[in-house]
Amino acid sequence: MRTEVLIAGFGGQGVLLAGNLLSYAAIDEGKNVSYFPAYGVEKRGGSATCTVVIADGAVGSPVLGHPAVLVVLNQASLERFGAKVRPGGLLIVNSSLVDTTELNRSDITIIPVPMNDIASDLGDLRMVNMVAVGAYVALTEAVKMESLSGALTQALPERNHKFIPANVKAIETGAQVAKSKKEA
Amino acid sequence: MSKRLFVKGNEAAAMGAVEAGCRYYFGYPITPQSDIPEYLSRELPKLNGEFIQAESEIGAINMLLGASACGVRAMTSSSSPGISLKQEGISYMAGAELPGVIINISRSGPGLGGIDASQSDYFQSVKGGGHGGYHIPVLAPNSVQEMYDLTMHAFDLADLYRTPVMLLGDSVIGQMKEALIPNARPARELPGKEWAVRGKSGAEQRVVKSLFLGDGELEAHNWRLHAKYQVMKEKECISEEYETADARLIVTGFGSVARIAHTAVTMAREEGMKVSLFRPVTLFPFPEKAIAEAAGRAGKVLVVELNTGQMVEDVRLSVGAAAQVSFYGRPPGAGSLPSPEELLEVIRKHYDDTAR
Repeated sequence: MRTEVLIAGFGGQGVLLAGNLLSYAAIDEGKNVSYFPAYGVEKRGGSATCTVVIADGAVGSPVLGHPAVLVVLNQASLERFGAKVRPGGLLIVNSSLVDTTELNRSDITIIPVPMNDIASDLGDLRMVNMVAVGAYVALTEAVKMESLSGALTQALPERNHKFIPANVKAIETGAQVAKSKKEA
Repeated sequence: MSKRLFVKGNEAAAMGAVEAGCRYYFGYPITPQSDIPEYLSRELPKLNGEFIQAESEIGAINMLLGASACGVRAMTSSSSPGISLKQEGISYMAGAELPGVIINISRSGPGLGGIDASQSDYFQSVKGGGHGGYHIPVLAPNSVQEMYDLTMHAFDLADLYRTPVMLLGDSVIGQMKEALIPNARPARELPGKEWAVRGKSGAEQRVVKSLFLGDGELEAHNWRLHAKYQVMKEKECISEEYETADARLIVTGFGSVARIAHTAVTMAREEGMKVSLFRPVTLFPFPEKAIAEAAGRAGKVLVVELNTGQMVEDVRLSVGAAAQVSFYGRPPGAGSLPSPEELLEVIRKHYDDTAR
């Protein structure tokens, strides 16, 4: 099996940490992974993207032209990548910030998750990336939910380990909301 | 099996250097390779090694020359314009037959260029980037694991042939993270360093130099170097083939673009096209025989590079009249990495031509 996702937002939303966390979880499951951060003249407030490919066999290309799954955390990323999602693919949007009404894609599944609102309700807007990755894993089963929580000790520096319970909660809430939106 | 780590390509190269016994690093920071000095500046002091941030790239390469002359394993790394500055020193090392490892996580040029993934330094790397008509082995990793494994291999080749060795990558290979199994390789049997200058203390004088003024001395030296390159061509070619047995079109590329091509070839196979991938791992010596053989069977070769056409020249020289060689290039620039789908489109076009 091979799963691929492009996660995109603006610098500071924790896009790269989300990709790292997902990768660590896949590594722990014994899978092959490539994590490729967009690398350029990026800065805080500018765009931040990363590509994660998880495979049982060879990963192949770490670069995607038309991702099967796109997670967008801000409007600019939707405008940049929305048209590139593979037909039949999945788009998960942070509906707190992203408006998809002008996106003309009846050929893909769009799941809106109010990621900013969920993170704020849980006590810290900075957990928006955890909500996003929770939603992604719930909808795709790219890795097991337990692997994701288990990988937090590796993805976070030790000084932030005290925040792990809160992050687990954010991952779980993101997952729950995404599942309920899918069923709706 | 060792634990699988999750690390950046650049870190993997630095870890491979440490595993290979390199305890001396000299460099000057430049994106996108600065993770290498960052890692070594932290780790080498713990191992009683030396990390020196030199005053310039020229300083760093000459420190490498000096350390190597003393018989220790040492390394430097940089990116394209920095590697250009090092070329004089590399030529001196090739002339004095000094081992050493140089990593180029290249930028996109010419001039100041940009920091995007690029393969524009192929010619500079494999054709003797400095003066005087020498070659150095050039290794092109395409994964984080290979950044580790080939860095260790580079140190062995350097000692075995008394030559500088270059590892050539780009920001895709340097900046991406993948699983790494830090396996200890079985050490190759290597010659002693009886030439190294370690202090005379009553022993016979040893001289390390690249100046040969005696009658016929320099000519003999050049022929000896030439003979060494012929041995490398015989013994040190590495390449990887994917699905080449029944292929009617062979796609070839090195490093990062070979990863993208791998997925494109898999997609083409799913559509029923008999397409394969041939990946040179050593760029010098170029795997001439292996590619000529694969190309001869298929009849057609498509070379893909992140430049306007460099390795394609070596492919044409190797293949000769045995196959038709065509080229698809994507010179460097932001957003100009080809996607697997784009390469698939190129493959389709060339494959259709074959069918006619």
